[in-house]
Amino acid sequence: MIRVYVSSVIDASADTVWSRIRDFNGMPLWHPGIADSRIENGEASDRVGCIRHFHTRDGGTIRERLLALSDYDYQCVYEILESPMGVEHYVATIKLTPVTDGARCFAEWSAEFECAEGRERELVETIGDGVFQGGFDALKRHFARR
Amino acid sequence: MQRVVRSTVIDAPIERVWAVLRDFNSHHLWHDVVAESRIEGGERSDQVGCVRSFTLKDGHRIREQLLTLSDSEHRSTYCIVDATVALQRYVATVTLKPVTDGDRTFWHWESTFATPPGQERALAQMVAHDVYEAGFANLRRYLARGEDLRGPAGSASAMPIGVAMPSRRAVVRRYGGPEVLEADDGEASAPAAGEVRIRQRAIGVNYFDVYLRKGWIPALLPLPGVLGMEAAGSVVDVGAGVSGFLPGDRVATLAAVPGAYCSVRTVPADWVVRLPPEIEDDVAAATLLKGITADFVLRDLGRVGPGKRILVHAAAGGVGLLVCNWARRLGATVIGTVSSEEKARVARAYGCEHPIVTREHKFADAVQRQFDGVDVLVDGIGDAARDENFAALARRGHWISLGQASGALQSISSDELVAKSITFSRPAVFDYVATHASLAERARRVWDALADGTLRAPPIERHALGAAAEAHARLESRRTTGALVLVA
Repeated sequence: MIRVYVSSVIDASADTVWSRIRDFNGMPLWHPGIADSRIENGEASDRVGCIRHFHTRDGGTIRERLLALSDYDYQCVYEILESPMGVEHYVATIKLTPVTDGARCFAEWSAEFECAEGRERELVETIGDGVFQGGFDALKRHFARR
Repeated sequence: MQRVVRSTVIDAPIERVWAVLRDFNSHHLWHDVVAESRIEGGERSDQVGCVRSFTLKDGHRIREQLLTLSDSEHRSTYCIVDATVALQRYVATVTLKPVTDGDRTFWHWESTFATPPGQERALAQMVAHDVYEAGFANLRRYLARGEDLRGPAGSASAMPIGVAMPSRRAVVRRYGGPEVLEADDGEASAPAAGEVRIRQRAIGVNYFDVYLRKGWIPALLPLPGVLGMEAAGSVVDVGAGVSGFLPGDRVATLAAVPGAYCSVRTVPADWVVRLPPEIEDDVAAATLLKGITADFVLRDLGRVGPGKRILVHAAAGGVGLLVCNWARRLGATVIGTVSSEEKARVARAYGCEHPIVTREHKFADAVQRQFDGVDVLVDGIGDAARDENFAALARRGHWISLGQASGALQSISSDELVAKSITFSRPAVFDYVATHASLAERARRVWDALADGTLRAPPIERHALGAAAEAHARLESRRTTGALVLVA
């Protein structure tokens, strides 16, 4: 099992950041790497078990299933059903934790997966630096501008 | 039941914060509210089940038992066994998490407890403000003063001050071409007495690294080994007896022993110099060893000044540009050899007034015809330019052999030297920075020259640490201009 873990501190309350990232169909609104997204079969995007079908800006198609959503823990867990990345048993968690001394929150994004031997490092970089850190950077920029 | 949660972000790496908090008997050292503390029964303070017995400044006495200690999750859970304060069934958990984006630490502290009726609010406030929030501020101050780095004196149990940190590195398991450089995960040990642990952000690549990689000096690189003589970054922590460096200080290292191709490195404090704010990490990594080389070549060996004729091989390389640049500032006539018109343009921009383009190391005729020979010759080519070098030198000329990119120099006979009263130097940079004072003095001259514009930083080509093999292939291709730096 390969594990990727990225964390950051975002200058807005967990409530505020959560309202921006909670929508499982809302990635194109806040993540610069995502071009478009829809939920399959017209289901609600906060129904656990729903599947989002989206395209990355470089044209890749990805399908992911929502495994857990917690407004109490500010946490969302999902798995990849289909992607061009060549990963198996990929389960990711994005989670916010309030930082009580100031209007900011601690954000964590992690994933566990399996892949072909020799590709571990490349995938850890693409997912960790590209997808996760790229998303946090976009959130930091967004909330810094306000 | 009451629940109190407080959290903060500490500007220090998680290893450093955890080294303090994992010690169940450290709180009287850093938390103002605690007067004194000891572990009962002489147990170690990382023994799960141990009990700490302590007194608060206001006179209250508390006994707490350690229930969970996890170095992998950076978590400690403990409960009150008995106390003169009215906290009942009090269980608290301290959890640290790394902020990977910035090398800081998220600290989460929470507890649940019951209180006698009517005291809920006051006791919850006491726990939240006087213990947790004050604790955050107190630990911050404790770390800022470096008190955690002074050793375990005063602590009842001998605890490790730091733990080994993971370090990404490029390792050589067999000598050979660039492809023998492999990405790998290693560890940087906690600094021992006299040592400094550094999070390295930029690492200088030198041609010397290529010689080591090829196995030319196996005594200096036993296998498996890590290359690299210089880097820049910031101090993580320091060992006992180290003065002049605090965690967070920006520093650069120049080592006589390779091992810099990594993200975290522990080195003797004698190899470390402070980095002024105006010098960026990658500029420092690109210029420390090369700039110091230029410094001793021009000042100590070449005694270069107005009117001196100096010939610099590989004039568009990392060392070449700095030597040309500085020699020109000292008033010398600067001639250089380069392998392409493009490099001639760059060398000229850095003060090499007379670049000679040659891929076959043919330059002696041109040098003799135009300048009547040169007084100082700075050579990194080695054997392929041997005869041309003799021919290009003026009488009483000085040949400084810095490297042997084309192959080891054949022995030079005294007859060849006496023919033109030629002197020959084969310096190793580490003899010119053998003491910390000499390293600091030479580094300061380089930083000053860069800061006041005397020296211009060479163009820098950046590669990821994990792609060190590509950086070496580029360096050996002779297609690069300026300096190569690995970014960790």
